[in-house]
Amino acid sequence: MSTSTDDASLVARCRAGDEAAWNLLVERYSRYVYAIAMRVYRLSESDAEDVFQEVFSRAFQHLPQLRDDAAVRPWLAQTTRRLAVDQLRRSGRVEPVGDGEDLDGAAGEPGEDVFAQLDEALSVREAMAALPESCREILDRFFARDESYRTIAATLDLSQVTIASRISRCLAKLRAELTGSGRNRDAGASS
Amino acid sequence: MGHHKDTALDEERLAELIALLPPAPEAWVEAAQQLPRVERGVEQILALSEADAEFRRALTEDLEEAVRRTGQEPSEELVRALRERLGADSGGA
Repeated sequence: MSTSTDDASLVARCRAGDEAAWNLLVERYSRYVYAIAMRVYRLSESDAEDVFQEVFSRAFQHLPQLRDDAAVRPWLAQTTRRLAVDQLRRSGRVEPVGDGEDLDGAAGEPGEDVFAQLDEALSVREAMAALPESCREILDRFFARDESYRTIAATLDLSQVTIASRISRCLAKLRAELTGSGRNRDAGASS
Repeated sequence: MGHHKDTALDEERLAELIALLPPAPEAWVEAAQQLPRVERGVEQILALSEADAEFRRALTEDLEEAVRRTGQEPSEELVRALRERLGADSGGA
């Protein structure tokens, strides 16, 4: 999956002092870092916030020393994990919790499969960037923000039936994007 | 992402994966995005503090007021970063 700006060039731009690139990097990985802290390690809101800020603070400081610019994602994951474990120890909780209700992993130390799922989720998110804004918004509102049909319908001034059919259509588009058929079809379409 | 072609992601699975990444609170994201500006502010203030003994004293007496004197807003992030750096500097002295 290629993103509009790949990680390596984004990191290179950050290193050169490009603040817009830094904003984009934070935007791209904020959900990922948040999910590791909150959903994998089940930190409290305030501990998760400390970890979140510390991760990006370290990222900002260490970008110049990063050996492989394309490896920023595993670097962020590793740093978040380490800081989350430190936070758990400080707060007296011995074990991180890897039995999330929506992450498939065994209780206790989170397994690599949990992180693999988050990596996969992040790739799906990157694929969403290729969808029309209306699709990105509706999928994000319904699945990631857990908003109801009623709330989305009121916000977007659409009927609930329209919302339901759009979600279904947008999921199909996303699937096509991920399997490559979306690009082929779009290339052959006039609009 | 080649693995998706083999895995046959159905739409239900896609929905689950989207749900795994809810947004971080906006304030957290904004604070992280402020880091370059905060860092620049800290560097300016520390440089001034090295060059000006009176300003250095003012920093230890009332950090937020001293920051204001430089024309910068003493945001929570800037004040925290400054305290850390000043603490680290004095700790190493």
